[in-house]
Amino acid sequence: MLAEYLPLLVLFVLAAGFVGASMLLSARLGPSAPNPAKQAAYESGIIPEPEADVRGSRFPVKFYLVAMLFIIFDVEAVFIYPWAVTLRSLGWYGLAVMGVFVALLFETYYYILRRGGLEWD
Amino acid sequence: MDAVDVAIIVGKVLAAFALWLVGTAMLIWGERRLVAKMQSRVGPNRLGPAGLFQTLADGAKLFFKEDITPRNVDRVVYVAAPFISAVVAILTFAVIPFGGTFSIGERVVTLQVWDPNVGLLWVLAMSSVGVYGIVLAGWSSGSKYPLLGGVRSTAQLISYELSLGLSLAAVFVFNGTLRSSEIVAAQSGRLFGVVPAWNVFPMVVAFVIAFVAVVAETQRPPFDLPEAEGELVAGFHTEYSGAKFAMFFLAEFMNVITVSAVLVTAFLGGPDGPLFGLDGTLAGALLGVVYFVLKVLAFIFVFIWLRATLPRARYDRLMSLGWKVMLPLSLAWVMAAGFAVVFRQEYQNIASLRGPLLILAGLSVLWLIAPVFSRRDGGDRPPDDTPDRAPADDDRVGV
Repeated sequence: MLAEYLPLLVLFVLAAGFVGASMLLSARLGPSAPNPAKQAAYESGIIPEPEADVRGSRFPVKFYLVAMLFIIFDVEAVFIYPWAVTLRSLGWYGLAVMGVFVALLFETYYYILRRGGLEWD
Repeated sequence: MDAVDVAIIVGKVLAAFALWLVGTAMLIWGERRLVAKMQSRVGPNRLGPAGLFQTLADGAKLFFKEDITPRNVDRVVYVAAPFISAVVAILTFAVIPFGGTFSIGERVVTLQVWDPNVGLLWVLAMSSVGVYGIVLAGWSSGSKYPLLGGVRSTAQLISYELSLGLSLAAVFVFNGTLRSSEIVAAQSGRLFGVVPAWNVFPMVVAFVIAFVAVVAETQRPPFDLPEAEGELVAGFHTEYSGAKFAMFFLAEFMNVITVSAVLVTAFLGGPDGPLFGLDGTLAGALLGVVYFVLKVLAFIFVFIWLRATLPRARYDRLMSLGWKVMLPLSLAWVMAAGFAVVFRQEYQNIASLRGPLLILAGLSVLWLIAPVFSRRDGGDRPPDDTPDRAPADDDRVGV
């Protein structure tokens, strides 16, 4: 049963070995001459301000909305995959059920569209 | 399972790995040469015949460059991000059948690393994991441009992943399976006795959607917003150098080959082609590799052609295309494919209902697609002056 995954394991070991070795090797082979200017965050040559943690800084909330919408429609897609495989045995019933599901989600989509949720200001 | 089986598996893994790694190196060289030709330049031509070893030299150079770790980075995540990107890019091609079938003694060997029942779903899963590499790189760099580039790339990738997933779902519906070898097998044979029975003909809308989606997924021009130099320096990998940068570069170009291979598998019959009676032999399997590589090369040529031809899209238009056109269209197409499959299967039982059902189907498809076209004129206008949004704005003021 688990033997089915052996090719994937072999490929993963090969990939991880190749990538890991490359990164380690480069860190050893390259010169190391750090200085404050080199280690500063890159901002096209000017001194970055403020030096505080950028990770806590703000960026447009729009991206959050995109992520939420993605989850809604990706979950929908996840329901479609098993349906795709079993559709032939489900027949008209399966098609009708998925039609109702997709129509409901499409209504949601249409609402978001009309409310301007997909406009990028 | 004995030693011979394990040896076959290791051999297949090594063959696929070598094919993809050499392919990536050749792609970078080929892209530079081809874009140079299209722009009346020469391109790299010094190392080896026609500059063939230029990529090798560039890669070797990156190994001996200083591996700078900026002061602000989150060290663990900063190192993990390129690792995730590159490993995921390599793992993705596991499910792609890249050649035919042959037999060694009793054993039948298919030139494909891994053939699980989830099949091409693995590709979608891996492209989702690949997003982690990008968003973590942008976040951990502790710098403004990578952060913005990272969230931008992420928004772009997940937006187009929906269309890609749904257009592939149409193929899954049509062929009734997720397994890549069965999808390829379903495409052998002929349509009407002449053209190959590839999915690209019946699933042409899904093919177009999938093609546009993979251009955006691999962040190739005209959708290379994440590396819009004028505004974001280099996007999420601005703070990377040495082999860590090389790993992002490798992942990016390897993904170009992999998505081309996915399109070839799902729509162009994978390694399918005339075998001249060599079925089941090693020569036949290798001939399959040749057909596969030729089809992938055709896609790669179009990718490079696009880069030389089209200017970069604006970000709001990119998002608008993904969400307002491709998503509803691919969803409607999945349902249309589902209808076609059920209709073909139950054709005999519903002879009397045939007429009304056809009309109903036509109407429902129209109903699903109509909003896309009714909004089309809104896409080019500035978002501020759309009158139908006025009530919504009022609501927001009230809140």
